[in-house]
Amino acid sequence: MSGADLALAISVFLACAVEAVEALTIVLALGTTRGWRSALAGAGAAVVALAALVAALGPVLTSLPLDVLRVIIGGLLLLFGLQWLRKAILRWAGVKQMHDELLAFQAESRAARAHGATGSGFDGYSFSVCFQGVLLEGLEVAFIVLSVGANQHRLPLAAAAAGAAIVVVVAAGVALRAPLARVPENTLKLLVGVMLTSFGMFWSGEGAGASWPGGEVALAAIVPGVFLCAWAMAHRLRRIGGADGGDRGGAQRLGAGDAPDAGAVATDSGRLTVTR
Amino acid sequence: MRHIARAAGAAWRFIAGDDWRLALGVVVAIGVMAALVGLSLNAWWVLPVAVPVLLWISVSRAARRRGPV
Repeated sequence: MSGADLALAISVFLACAVEAVEALTIVLALGTTRGWRSALAGAGAAVVALAALVAALGPVLTSLPLDVLRVIIGGLLLLFGLQWLRKAILRWAGVKQMHDELLAFQAESRAARAHGATGSGFDGYSFSVCFQGVLLEGLEVAFIVLSVGANQHRLPLAAAAAGAAIVVVVAAGVALRAPLARVPENTLKLLVGVMLTSFGMFWSGEGAGASWPGGEVALAAIVPGVFLCAWAMAHRLRRIGGADGGDRGGAQRLGAGDAPDAGAVATDSGRLTVTR
Repeated sequence: MRHIARAAGAAWRFIAGDDWRLALGVVVAIGVMAALVGLSLNAWWVLPVAVPVLLWISVSRAARRRGPV
């Protein structure tokens, strides 16, 4: 396994772990308030759907010409990475509220209780919320697994890294029987954002026909460069806020344009809003 | 028809995220890079320049929209 393969496997593992923690919160909230059978059935059905998606699209992607594949995949990774990085910078700068798994759990539990009592049989609400929650949280990871795996022809490695992350998170959740609030999700999201953005830039550049100085060695400059840029932007935003007389004081406020990042929030109608 | 529109909207939000301008900028930057390579220029530097600029515009705009940070 090369250094790039290892870095990609770690990126997939971290991305999947972060999303799995958020999905676990949904399933725990529904399971503890409305019963486990339907909640676990919904989560299991979503995992099967995601695995089927990866299995179906993987061979299609790997059959594309390498340059086309790299532009498409590099572009997608770059877009996903920048979304993660943007949120991480806004949180780091104190502009956006930090993700709090306990708050997400409480919101989910309230919504589940408000939806009414459960019967002894199949709970459609619980199944539906868990299915949608796990599917939506997992969809981006499925695309990351597909992108990374197809581009490096390492789909089994990427899928194994994602699977390992799910096993670790679920095992921790079963052991604790509580949301994994101590996982440093915001830091992990920043790291994943840096890695996805870096690999996205590298691959889309190669796919477009450019040659990076030093080939893959260029990644050793791109990754820290992206991290430093993110750090500088967050630092600058904090300073601008201080100079404008903003009362940050540790209180991180939500903006109008970005959704509150409390994970997946089930509404009374059963519809789900998931924020990354 | 409504289902197709909803699915298209969900796919768009999935790809573009919170700031569609950032996504559009990335697509344009990759296009510019490909065009320059087509003109026999090794334009590897386009993305390392464009990505931080686009990201800064996006985060500073998000911060400005809600007043002092």
